[in-house]
Amino acid sequence: MNGVTRRRLLKGAGATLGALAFAKAVEPVLDFTSELSGDEFLQRHYRELSPEDMREVLARLEAETKEKYGAEVTIRDIRPQEGVQFGYALNLSLCIGCRRCAEACHVENNHDRKTHQSYIRVLEMQQGSIDMEHGDATYDHPVPQPGRYYMPVQCQQCDNAPCVKVCPVEATWKEQDGIVVVDYNWCIGCRYCEAACPYHARRFNWEAPEISAEEINPNQSYLSNRIRPQGVVEKCTFCLHRTRTGALPACLEACPTGARVFGNLLDPNSEIRWVLENKRVFVLKEELGARPRFFYFFDV
Amino acid sequence: MATRANSAKQDRPRHWVSYPRFLWRSLRLATDGSWTFYAWMTLLTAIALVGANAWANQVTTGMGLTGMSDHVSWGLYIANFTFAVGLAAGGVMMVIPAYLYHDEEMHDVVIVGELLAVAALVLALGFVVADLGRPDRFWHLLPGIGRFNWPLSMLTWDVVVLNGYLLLNLHICGYLLYMRFLGRKPNPRWYIPFVFLSVFWAISVHTVTAFLYSGLGGRPFWNSALLAPRFLASAFVTGPAFIILTLQILKRFTTFRVPDGPIQTLLKIMRITVLINLFMAGAEVFTEFYTGSSHVAAAKYLYFGLHGGSALVPWIWSALALNLFVVVVLYTPRFYEKRAVLNAALVAAFAGVWIEKGMGLIVPGFVPSTLHELVEYVPTLTEWKVTAGLWAVGLMVFTIALKVALPIFSGEVGVGASLTDADDVEAEPAPAE
Repeated sequence: MNGVTRRRLLKGAGATLGALAFAKAVEPVLDFTSELSGDEFLQRHYRELSPEDMREVLARLEAETKEKYGAEVTIRDIRPQEGVQFGYALNLSLCIGCRRCAEACHVENNHDRKTHQSYIRVLEMQQGSIDMEHGDATYDHPVPQPGRYYMPVQCQQCDNAPCVKVCPVEATWKEQDGIVVVDYNWCIGCRYCEAACPYHARRFNWEAPEISAEEINPNQSYLSNRIRPQGVVEKCTFCLHRTRTGALPACLEACPTGARVFGNLLDPNSEIRWVLENKRVFVLKEELGARPRFFYFFDV
Repeated sequence: MATRANSAKQDRPRHWVSYPRFLWRSLRLATDGSWTFYAWMTLLTAIALVGANAWANQVTTGMGLTGMSDHVSWGLYIANFTFAVGLAAGGVMMVIPAYLYHDEEMHDVVIVGELLAVAALVLALGFVVADLGRPDRFWHLLPGIGRFNWPLSMLTWDVVVLNGYLLLNLHICGYLLYMRFLGRKPNPRWYIPFVFLSVFWAISVHTVTAFLYSGLGGRPFWNSALLAPRFLASAFVTGPAFIILTLQILKRFTTFRVPDGPIQTLLKIMRITVLINLFMAGAEVFTEFYTGSSHVAAAKYLYFGLHGGSALVPWIWSALALNLFVVVVLYTPRFYEKRAVLNAALVAAFAGVWIEKGMGLIVPGFVPSTLHELVEYVPTLTEWKVTAGLWAVGLMVFTIALKVALPIFSGEVGVGASLTDADDVEAEPAPAE
């Protein structure tokens, strides 16, 4: 009897000690959960939000940006326009590999400053080969180099997008105007889309983005350049906060050689239509059947 | 007619009394044991706590604490997830002989395989959660409450098959144990259909997990129809290896009767599967290297290193060496008849496939990246801690499951055996009527 009571006592003490040790071990999580508001935790998917819900969400996000980053920003929810299908083309004969597009993307889209993130990677390719195996994205020398050409790669906004197909929670989808977007407040951070994308177009927020208040671009939208939360995936949105309001993507405006052509594929008088009709355009990795909306061509 | 109905009424157990008693007895079995048991569980708890702490830091600071990057976006966690799913499926190699071929001796120990499936599934699901950037949004994955991209996303298929397999095995084990506890003969209607379903389901869990990778056109290293068969072959190496080791430990440290027949049957299975696994690996290597297309880059990186990067080379060659060692031992009577050598081979089989699935399959899928950039991946201390912690949790689940199940299954504990059990006599009210 005595043995039984002692054993029970020891077991009780052991269990209590174990529970306390567990509480202590997972304590750091409190720093995470204390920053997470109930409204954020319970927020529904983008497509399920009523206009009223959306107003509340945007106000909350603006307040959070003010609190965490000390910046006054305007976050809008900009919807696609009727009769618009966006397309992008890039003239490889003109591109000099200066990476100004990548830099403009970095600034426009409020990317993490520490990692110098950007949605665009520029490959330095060998003349006579289209095989990226012989390309180099980390070149660090004056451009253009003889015997080389330059190929910027960003999201190809595929019509048959592998990333959209694999997402287990529908946190990423193709909008009516052809832009593939992510609901940063719905993504669970499994990174299956990153594994599925054949163009290295997706980025994950390995840590919360760092950016100083004065460097923040205050013109933001929910589905594009607002400062992303930690632990979610993001991607190029053809600068939808600009392009859906009639402006051009930041990367295009920054290009010093005019290598980039952007526009509405449904507008017969658009420059993009002229390129598609008059140039011998191609898409990257056509054999994969992802049907990109990003076209490349050589002038000569 | 009337008498039959009457006796059935008398026989009907009062589940609202006996089921809580069964649970209570199970809880006692789970927490009472020898000092070795307590020491083992304390050790596992300590490792699990280190893992829990590392995970808590990872959630708070961000996945930047891992060695993963936008180039190698899956690493140790998904590698272990894949391996654990294989381990869960491997248990079926006991179920098939026991139920399809009516191997009586296997039937006596088949519960070990079913419980392994339960523990391995807990492990697999743990690794999925560890890999999520936003575990707080886990509910987005719940069908009906979140948005479940089924049937398009293979990951949703995986959620379905893994949880389904977990429930199937929990039901089968739970039902059989409860019946044993009551000292009643299990009604085949309540478990045989589920056992047969679980055989197909076991194949499906690892097939679907392979389809996660093989369905991605942008990753030529994975984009092969051979991936699912390879996954299954290697699962049927590790599952039996782990079970044989477990059976030997049980034979040595518990009173549970472990006949030699099942061990021999599992060894026979391993003799075949280890060769099939190596054969398929060889077929893949031939296709990659003889073709010599640009798709060979990942395989070149894995086996020989590429553009100065060679982080995976030692891993894959050790995996191959371990697998070859297993083949030599399993086919040489002089070796496999020596317990120590055989056990070394079983551990080697386990380790070899673990490397092959992780460093040999998940990581090279990302190197070189889709833009053919060569970024290497080395797991960080955080990842190793979380991984060790989850394995400790998995082993805890397995230990407790066995600790509860074996005494009940062998009839040592239960209503029928209650006369020898002082506590139970006290608690047992006199039979009604």
